[in-house]
Amino acid sequence: MDLAIKLIVFLPLLAAAIAGLFCRVIGARPAQIVTCAALLIAAALSVFVFVKIGFGPEKLIVVKLFSWIDSGTLDIAWSLRVDTLTAVMLIVVTGVSSMVHIYSIGYMEEDPSIPRFMAYLSLFTFFMLMLVTADNLVQLFFGWEGVGLASYLLIGFWYDKPSANAAAMKAFIVNRVGDFGFALGIFAVWMLSGSVSFNEVFAKAPDMAAAHFVFLGKNVPALETACLLLFVGAMGKSAQLGLHTWLPDAMEGPTPVSALIHAATMVTAGVFMVCRLSPLFELAPTASQVVTLVGAATAFFAATIGLTQYDIKRVVAYSTCSQLGYMFFAAGVGAYSAAMFHLMTHAFFKALLFLGSGSVIHCLHHEQDMRKMGGVKEKAPQTFILMWIGTLALAGIGVPFIMGHGLGFAGFYSKDAILEASFAAHSTVGTIAYWLGVIAAFMTAFYSGRVMFMTFYGKYRGDHHTWDHAHESPLVMLIPLYVLGAGALLSGIVAYGWFVGEGWEHFWGVSIAVKATETILHHMHEVATWVKLAPLVAAVSGLALSYYYYIVSPDMPARTVRAFKPLHTFFYNKWYFDELYDAVFVQPAQMIGRFFWKKGDGATIDGLGPDGVSARAVDLAGVLSRFQSGYLYHYAFVMLIGVAGLVTYFMLFVR
Amino acid sequence: MSSWPILSLVTFLPLVGAVFCLVVNGPKEAVDRNCRSAALITSLVTFLVSLLLWVRFDPTKAGFQFEEKLAWVPALNIGYHMGIDGISLFFVLLSTLLTPICILASWESVQVRVKEYMVAFLVLETFMVGMFCALDLALFYIFFEGVLIPMFLIIGVWGGKRRVYAAFKFFLYTLLGSVLMLLAIIAVYWQIGTTDLPTAFEKLQLSFQWQFWLWLAFFASFAVKVPMWPVHTWLPDAHVEAPTAGSVILAGVLLKMGGYGFIRFSVPMFPEATQYFAPLVFGLSIVAVIYTSLVALVQEDMKKLIAYSSVAHMGFVTIGVFVMNMQGVQGAIFQMLSHGIVSAALFLCVGVVYDRLHTREIEAYGGLVHRMPRYAFVFLFFTLASVGLPGLSGFVGEFLVLIGAFKANTWVAFLAATGLILGAAYALLLYRRVVFGALTKDSLKAMLDMNRREIAVFLPLVLLTLWMGIYPNSFLDPMAPAVDKLIGDYNAALKLARTASLHP
Repeated sequence: MDLAIKLIVFLPLLAAAIAGLFCRVIGARPAQIVTCAALLIAAALSVFVFVKIGFGPEKLIVVKLFSWIDSGTLDIAWSLRVDTLTAVMLIVVTGVSSMVHIYSIGYMEEDPSIPRFMAYLSLFTFFMLMLVTADNLVQLFFGWEGVGLASYLLIGFWYDKPSANAAAMKAFIVNRVGDFGFALGIFAVWMLSGSVSFNEVFAKAPDMAAAHFVFLGKNVPALETACLLLFVGAMGKSAQLGLHTWLPDAMEGPTPVSALIHAATMVTAGVFMVCRLSPLFELAPTASQVVTLVGAATAFFAATIGLTQYDIKRVVAYSTCSQLGYMFFAAGVGAYSAAMFHLMTHAFFKALLFLGSGSVIHCLHHEQDMRKMGGVKEKAPQTFILMWIGTLALAGIGVPFIMGHGLGFAGFYSKDAILEASFAAHSTVGTIAYWLGVIAAFMTAFYSGRVMFMTFYGKYRGDHHTWDHAHESPLVMLIPLYVLGAGALLSGIVAYGWFVGEGWEHFWGVSIAVKATETILHHMHEVATWVKLAPLVAAVSGLALSYYYYIVSPDMPARTVRAFKPLHTFFYNKWYFDELYDAVFVQPAQMIGRFFWKKGDGATIDGLGPDGVSARAVDLAGVLSRFQSGYLYHYAFVMLIGVAGLVTYFMLFVR
Repeated sequence: MSSWPILSLVTFLPLVGAVFCLVVNGPKEAVDRNCRSAALITSLVTFLVSLLLWVRFDPTKAGFQFEEKLAWVPALNIGYHMGIDGISLFFVLLSTLLTPICILASWESVQVRVKEYMVAFLVLETFMVGMFCALDLALFYIFFEGVLIPMFLIIGVWGGKRRVYAAFKFFLYTLLGSVLMLLAIIAVYWQIGTTDLPTAFEKLQLSFQWQFWLWLAFFASFAVKVPMWPVHTWLPDAHVEAPTAGSVILAGVLLKMGGYGFIRFSVPMFPEATQYFAPLVFGLSIVAVIYTSLVALVQEDMKKLIAYSSVAHMGFVTIGVFVMNMQGVQGAIFQMLSHGIVSAALFLCVGVVYDRLHTREIEAYGGLVHRMPRYAFVFLFFTLASVGLPGLSGFVGEFLVLIGAFKANTWVAFLAATGLILGAAYALLLYRRVVFGALTKDSLKAMLDMNRREIAVFLPLVLLTLWMGIYPNSFLDPMAPAVDKLIGDYNAALKLARTASLHP
């Protein structure tokens, strides 16, 4: 078992090293084989570990590797921790990653840098696995920053494009803002509990909840502050409102990257973190309310932008942002298992949607603008069906009340579980989250339908050359789509019982906060029928409306845009966040930097310091040198003045 | 073993090579070739001998080891006293490691006055190592000042266009500080009648008034060396004008003299003043971190950008030293070591392209990744180490300093941590402008990737950066007892002073 866990984590690293360092020796094909093989083995082993941990008697395994940083009372070790929470993430990460690896063989076929791409993908997977298997906060931070690096490299993979470089930098720096909070949170936790290892920190959680400490000159409740700081990190990585601006830009990267990193795995790290630290968050009610509100606001806000975008990938990106909001507000009301449930189902159907979009983009020769698409179902019928599966799963379509918990696509179970839980929390923030969530569900269904109808239906709107060469994707790209499609179809039905149903207690063990989960799951199953039905009604009407807008009456979108011009402009320009940040942070930073450089260092410090002193010295020397003229009578005159002065001095002052 | 003067050997071995270089004669080419080889071999042997220090070092002891003590000026009680503890051990190793790397890096780029260049570097090595080993204030002062001479020449003779301005600025700034330190050393001497450092630690009992002024005098010298804001302006000029290897030593070792000085002299000799002035140091360091990071953001010269980033990184060091807890001080020392490797490597990276294109203007580059993939990898690696990516050396130092600072004062940690964000911004901006983008400039189209010699220069640094990032305990463990003692003595002295003031 220990060996299996080690192999899962380190095989991708090994593959990345082989593909990355020896790429010129071995060539593209071996690089693909090595990385895909490593990932498939890791995925197979993950299933094994998942079954063992999720359904076996042993609920927690910690594999100690070696010590990392020891300094005084600070003691950090490299180790791999696997409990149910990790096991779920292992399945998601290795599963989606291996499918994306295989898909990339087809998608990146014509790229000159295949080994580099495969190496980056595997490297990312390694960091992500280190993140989910971390046994302490600092190793979590290691994986956290590591996936940030991989994301930076992959967004900027096509480094000739200035927009890709800018997006890569933006992603790294915005994430650093989040990491700034995360780091402070780690410091706070360590100072308060004397440890960074999860078990020891969790054991101290009740003490921390009672304690206060001085932070930035104020006496603040200890645990609440620490949780809020940690949550800032989660907001950065999971692109929550305020720190979300990097995610849409990240779509500059190749599509497989968007599917793997910016939909299924890395961006969910924030949710994972909150669930991992749920024993802390459950004792920090204020921090949890903030999590709920931020999540709900993001779910709503991102959906409004998703309604208006034309780039197919950006729509899906905003949808990701919005779905992450759902997961956060679930975690915020204490429904950690529901958050993880949605995290898993979302990983499958969102990766499917991204890779499906990639398939469309590939088909249309790298066209991403939906205004230049249409009728693609003729050319790519398999992609078409798979995309429908993803769309219905995202919208959360299903038939309620049959077969126990209803029958539907994956999102039907997980999204409903989240909304029911937030309603069942019976708190103000929970109710706000529920209603924003329902509205967002309506918008989600609308824009998902819009993507489908604009892309696959109607007449093709691009140029004919592209159309003539349009083709269904090769098998190597379709097989991963089918696998993910199966996930989007079945993961909800299969996993409902384990995650939020009757079997949750045995399944989760102690890997998430037990008490909070128990309460919320108990209430959740007792909510009124209308609460359960509302999301479904919203979703169905959203889809129906988009059908009306884009199929039945195609002039409706334009008319609506005209009618709500200011609102549409506001949404279309992403609520002007980029412009705001540019004006408030980026431009001033450069201005201040230039001011400090020229006026601070140049004029003030050097001017008054070395340069000023030397200039005065030169001036003085210039004056003095005038006396050295070479004429004897000048010297005699100066001497005379000196003598006169001396005599005067003695006569006046020296008695 | 104790009879074998290994520290003196490490210190003065480079001079043997220097003497050899001075006496070789013959046609210029032969002389150049012989001097290069002699310098490389001498410095490599010195490095290998210095490794023995690490091997034989007893990591469980807090006191000085490998001590050598000779009477030097018996009439004045000035002695030749050498010795190292867990703190100085790694600075000695850093100096002996970087010297051969510098010589190798100058192999082709230095073509004029090769003999004198090599002599300067070997003499510099002697002074650097001697400075970290000296346990006598007078001896320390001689080595400390001695470093200035070869460095002044290296910048002034082999530097760029404004080399004379830069050399003088460097010299005057540092000399001005050192004069005050000399006065302070004399004052200490008059108090205890000897310049022996361990004796001073034991005997020195200064009133707060005295500590106040002497601390400031030492501070004047060390703050310039670190350099701390606002006496940092010599550094960008010195770096820009220095030849590549000069920058490497300057950033790698010379800047550490200040931080080392604080730990070795200011803290143990003037504990009350250290506590009193800590807020001042925090203030200046935080300004350094934020101010210089912002300035780095708008630089147009590669070397200047890295120089400003050095000031910011050294800001973490001064914070760490003065929070005076285990994490802070160990972090500060580790940060110095890491910065010694990483910034040295970054300057070498600039040197690689400077040797090919002879400009440091960022605008002159762009899209190097197309022609130089190996270079792109190495440059990225050290850029990431510089921004403190976990798993590389830069993270450990910054993390320890910040966690230590958080315990002492959350404001300090909060403000200093903004350096994490700004640091990522300027470092990635530099990388993007130089390495990424389309290759459009004609002058760059014939650039060759790194050759074997250049790879040999970088490889040890890459491996070391990884080692320090993944298993930093190799370095943290040996220094722990010495740091523990430093903090213990400091707290004991403060306690003593407090009780003394309560019962006059």
